[in-house]
Amino acid sequence: MNTIDLVLWVIAPYTCIAVFAVGHYWRYRYDQFGWTTLSSQLRESRLLRWGSPLFHFGILAVIGGHVVGLFIPKSWTAAVGITDEMYHVGAVGMGLVAGVATVTGLVLLIIRRRLVGPVFRVTSRMDKAMYLALGLVILTGMINTVHGNIIGHYDYRDGVAVWMRGLFVFDLHPELMAKAPLSFQAHTVAAYLLFALWPFTRLVHVFSAPVAYLWRPYLPYRSRDTGFGGRRERRGWERIDGSTR
Amino acid sequence: MRVMAQMAMVMNLDKCIGCHTCSVTCKQTWTNRAGMEYAWFNNVETRPGQGYPRTYEDQEKWKGGWTRHPNGRLSLKAGGRLKNLATIFANPVMPSIQDYYEPWTYDYRMLTNAPLQEHTPVARPKSLISGKDMRITWSANWDDNLAGGPELATQDPVLRKMSEKVKLEFEQSFMFYLPRICEHCLNPACAAACPSGAIYKRSEDGIVLVDQDKCRGWRKCVTACPYKKIYFNHKTGKAEKCTFCYPRIEVGMPTVCSETCVGRLRYLGLVFYDADKVLEAASVEDEHDLLDAQRDLVLDPNDPEVVRAAESEGISRDWIEAAQRSPIWQLIHRFRVALPLHPEYRTMPMVWYVPPLSPVVDSVAQTGFDGEDGDNLFAAIESLRIPVEYLAELFTAGDPAPVTEALRRLAAMRSYMRDVNLGRENPDASVAEAVGMSVEDVHDMHRLLALAKYEDRYVIPAAHTEQAHRLEAIATGCSLDGEGGPGMGGPGSSGGKVGLGMPRLRPGSKR
Ligand code: SF4
Ligand code: SF4
Repeated sequence: MNTIDLVLWVIAPYTCIAVFAVGHYWRYRYDQFGWTTLSSQLRESRLLRWGSPLFHFGILAVIGGHVVGLFIPKSWTAAVGITDEMYHVGAVGMGLVAGVATVTGLVLLIIRRRLVGPVFRVTSRMDKAMYLALGLVILTGMINTVHGNIIGHYDYRDGVAVWMRGLFVFDLHPELMAKAPLSFQAHTVAAYLLFALWPFTRLVHVFSAPVAYLWRPYLPYRSRDTGFGGRRERRGWERIDGSTR
Repeated sequence: MRVMAQMAMVMNLDKCIGCHTCSVTCKQTWTNRAGMEYAWFNNVETRPGQGYPRTYEDQEKWKGGWTRHPNGRLSLKAGGRLKNLATIFANPVMPSIQDYYEPWTYDYRMLTNAPLQEHTPVARPKSLISGKDMRITWSANWDDNLAGGPELATQDPVLRKMSEKVKLEFEQSFMFYLPRICEHCLNPACAAACPSGAIYKRSEDGIVLVDQDKCRGWRKCVTACPYKKIYFNHKTGKAEKCTFCYPRIEVGMPTVCSETCVGRLRYLGLVFYDADKVLEAASVEDEHDLLDAQRDLVLDPNDPEVVRAAESEGISRDWIEAAQRSPIWQLIHRFRVALPLHPEYRTMPMVWYVPPLSPVVDSVAQTGFDGEDGDNLFAAIESLRIPVEYLAELFTAGDPAPVTEALRRLAAMRSYMRDVNLGRENPDASVAEAVGMSVEDVHDMHRLLALAKYEDRYVIPAAHTEQAHRLEAIATGCSLDGEGGPGMGGPGSSGGKVGLGMPRLRPGSKR
């Protein structure tokens, strides 16, 4: 194991995870007003209505696949009687469908971003960086699916997945990543860079997925704000009556 | 009975001159910001006309408001909770900017910076959406005063509901103005559709607000509001709406639109309603019963039982007195001339309208008869089916009887008060009786509609700071609201913190 491997597969991933976690805490704490999907549907709806659901449902399936693939060890699936071949066929099949939907959606959305003037006009530098990172991750991911499964063969469940689970329990295996094919390495690097970027982009909306809507009461009542201007008092500037809000 | 207080508004349409002062002052106060150029929390439409956004009243197209199922339950017209979430990635029925209108500015610099040339320089219109030169083809009041003629006016969804014959005669017969703000509904569809639970109704005064810190920009409210009074700020990515000028209301001042109304036609006041009955009232089967169901929700503030119930909910003495002096209850119940806009949307809107008699008066006068004479007016209301039918589509889900009743009362008032003002010896009290009013009622109604001073039109009790804590304790939420519970947005779950209705733009922020 050399220094480069240590940096690429231990130090950098941990740094990015830290940025991801602290960044989200900071953003949630101090920028509730900026925490939004920043939808541009008002400006353009026709392309969005195809691109956005394709991309979002696709990426949700992709994320699901990753969770299964990376976090469920081979021994577990084997224990419930799923053979490697069955797993492989299922993963490649579903992965391709989800992948194609995601890529089509993303391509539509990027075309829309660039070519529809009113949408391009409200595209910030951060959006562009985000699209770049997201595009890279998805592109390398697609190459992996095709290259690692269909053309060549690399069982990421014995490599990348073990390395990644190890990160969470401090059981470090940078050598597994060093042995992985280049496209898998690229996908991993692009992914953790995207995670580092995440809290500073509109991607934060992922963590506001409104699942609680399914059971909350239809009409929320709330009491009038009795503070000054709705702002939390700053430390050292609390009001005299000592009420904590 | 669970008595809650609601700030409500009544507009007397007879007096609206369509000057748009209310819209402009509202805009200057609330929406003169990037991202909200196209939004008018207050807009004034000429009727018949398409309205703003175009044809928003066509709910088969725009899917606003509630629908009642055969089993008596209500669900959002755009779809239930699951469908609402399933379509979250792209709203299938969201109006585009073109349905409102593409906002623009002018290239004013051309006027001063243009080089010396033969022709006078022109300031070209520039789109605020694309930044390019544009042709102006629509706006929030493009069909003002029936501009654009029958082609535009006949696309009015209300008109389209009426029979063919009516359409043709209608164009010759009349026109009036309809100023609109958010209705601060008792059963708001916008709040029900918000996936984040960011839209809430204030328990003290019923004002419906969007918590700018909790809104995540899902745009479901835009579709759900049948009045299309939620606007998506395309710069900040948050939904915004009329705030009923709550910072002014809290200190006892009227809303900006009311304060600046040239016709002085707006009335503001507190009403009490029974919060336990709202859903039941909104779910009555026959659309024609919705008006009475909604009227019955508004409780008589002089009824000792209501007062006692209000007190037990912690509503303070001065608020109860304010509700008793409120012009709103008088106009809805005592005089029965105020009607809600589109009760058939089942949101229980709390901005009420006195329907305009002037179209009837005008058409009587056009035929050479005395347009102020009671008998002539009564006869005209009966025979002029068209305006009545149109007004009924707006205010009573198509039932002409309540509109006729209101118009007859306004006609009786005109005719009786003319006798009085002309100093006739024995003003004809039978006109009043014919419409079921006493002479005293007529005098009072006349005072309220024609003469009322500022403090009679706007009866607004200042808010109590100490009251907020007490009201928080009343059971307005559900048990899931508690800490850690999923009932987002219920009292207590956000620590009582409520965001301002205005975004707090960070200096130097780009977007
Ligand atoms: S009128 Fe106002 S309160 Fe009613 S549904 Fe629309 S935005 Fe909500
Ligand atoms: S200011 Fe008053 S009179 Fe003028 S348009 Fe508005 S509501 Fe009508």
